[in-house]
Amino acid sequence: MRRAFPIINAVVAIGAGLIVLIGYFADVRGMMEFRLLLFQWAVIVGGVAVLVGIWNLFSVHLQKIRAKKPGSVYSLVLLFFLLLTLFLLYFPLMLQNLVPMNEGLVSGDPAQANIVNAIILDGIIIPVEVSLMAVLAVTLTVAAIRMLRTRIDLPAIVFLATVFLALLGIGLRSFLGQLPVFSDLARSQFITDILALGGARGILIGVALGTLTTGLRILLGIDRPYGGK
Amino acid sequence: MTHQSAGMLGIGIVIFAGLLLTLLTLLYRRSPIYFRNILAFMRVRRAASLVVEDGTRLHVSIGSANLLTPSAASALAGLALIRHLGEVTSLSDHPPITTTGSATLNLLAQDTLRTAHESVAAEQSFDMGNGRLAGLTPFSYVAGVMPAIRDENISTNVIIGNFGPEVGLLTEAADRQKTPIIAASDSLPAQAVLYATTQEPLIGEELFAAGAYTQAGPGHAASLLAQDVLRWLIILALIGGAILKMFGGFLP
Repeated sequence: MRRAFPIINAVVAIGAGLIVLIGYFADVRGMMEFRLLLFQWAVIVGGVAVLVGIWNLFSVHLQKIRAKKPGSVYSLVLLFFLLLTLFLLYFPLMLQNLVPMNEGLVSGDPAQANIVNAIILDGIIIPVEVSLMAVLAVTLTVAAIRMLRTRIDLPAIVFLATVFLALLGIGLRSFLGQLPVFSDLARSQFITDILALGGARGILIGVALGTLTTGLRILLGIDRPYGGK
Repeated sequence: MTHQSAGMLGIGIVIFAGLLLTLLTLLYRRSPIYFRNILAFMRVRRAASLVVEDGTRLHVSIGSANLLTPSAASALAGLALIRHLGEVTSLSDHPPITTTGSATLNLLAQDTLRTAHESVAAEQSFDMGNGRLAGLTPFSYVAGVMPAIRDENISTNVIIGNFGPEVGLLTEAADRQKTPIIAASDSLPAQAVLYATTQEPLIGEELFAAGAYTQAGPGHAASLLAQDVLRWLIILALIGGAILKMFGGFLP
């Protein structure tokens, strides 16, 4: 049976892949419905995977605290707020299910959960992520300056000159207004439509070909990310 | 072009590429082809052989691609690398750890690590906790990966998959620990950031060459060759199209 599992896995994965692929390109009767059904299954599996993932996050950090590894204080903070968020979000909903509205003193109003959700999202998660974005801007500026010291070759000089041009021509427009030469150059059709767009398309064609061959390796059973030797 | 003819063209390209890949795999088994050196992959191979000796560990991060979108291909390329690095380094005292930003991808990474351990008969050293879900949004993922880079005695970080510009924070974290980083992404903004922040950036389709350069098998090498053949065909088609358009005025 242990030997049969990888073969069954491969047959199911390749079969599902072929059905989705054919359903994408050709309007074969019944194929579209089956393809959508497979997608729905994938979404359900994805939802369950989130629960498994959260358990994984929880257990990894719990292990870190138990072993008193470096940085376990941060793990403690993470676990505390994970449990607190779960409690704040799900407690009102649980109350609603457990206590009938007309009996209980505390009504488990779903709107209350929405308020908590909004506070957590708008008051904590988004500001923290925005501040990380600000840190990223500084980090990238430092990296660009460091690049001048560590790697001075033609592509690096062209890269930095382009960054400088885009920054002066477009990035600082709201502070400095239109700078005569830089703004015109940064917005010139030759740079935006020919150099930048052409280069981006070239890279994206390469990525698309890589995507195609990676998908084909899985359809042909050469790669088996679903397990099996 | 109608929807039906576009569909037929798509199927034609996929079938042609599939046949090409199969043919090249068979040909490659008979006479292997040597690729140009890519410094980043040489570093990965060297790092994999070093971790067994110096008691450190590898960290592979494969991003937060959604498996239902085309960006999943970059994560699958990362999984192929996890498989190979897992096989090489599982016998060391400190097996590699993987971090992901997507729950489904995390399951795949854990399973790939487990399979890699099994294939070298090192099941005992496999720990589910070595495949970690770091966070579910791009920045929470980065925030979750940074402690792993700092606290886990990492000697080399391999960051391959779907990332946004926030990957710059990971390269900075690795730089602060003075640990080398090999990074590639399928997204253009992330590639620009990686170009500025890493020593040996992998640009464009080089991300998908990871398997071929780490000797993951003839299928990977053949897929790299297939990519080259397809690229030349696209170049010819583009030049042909431009010429036809140029002379279009003369055609009926």
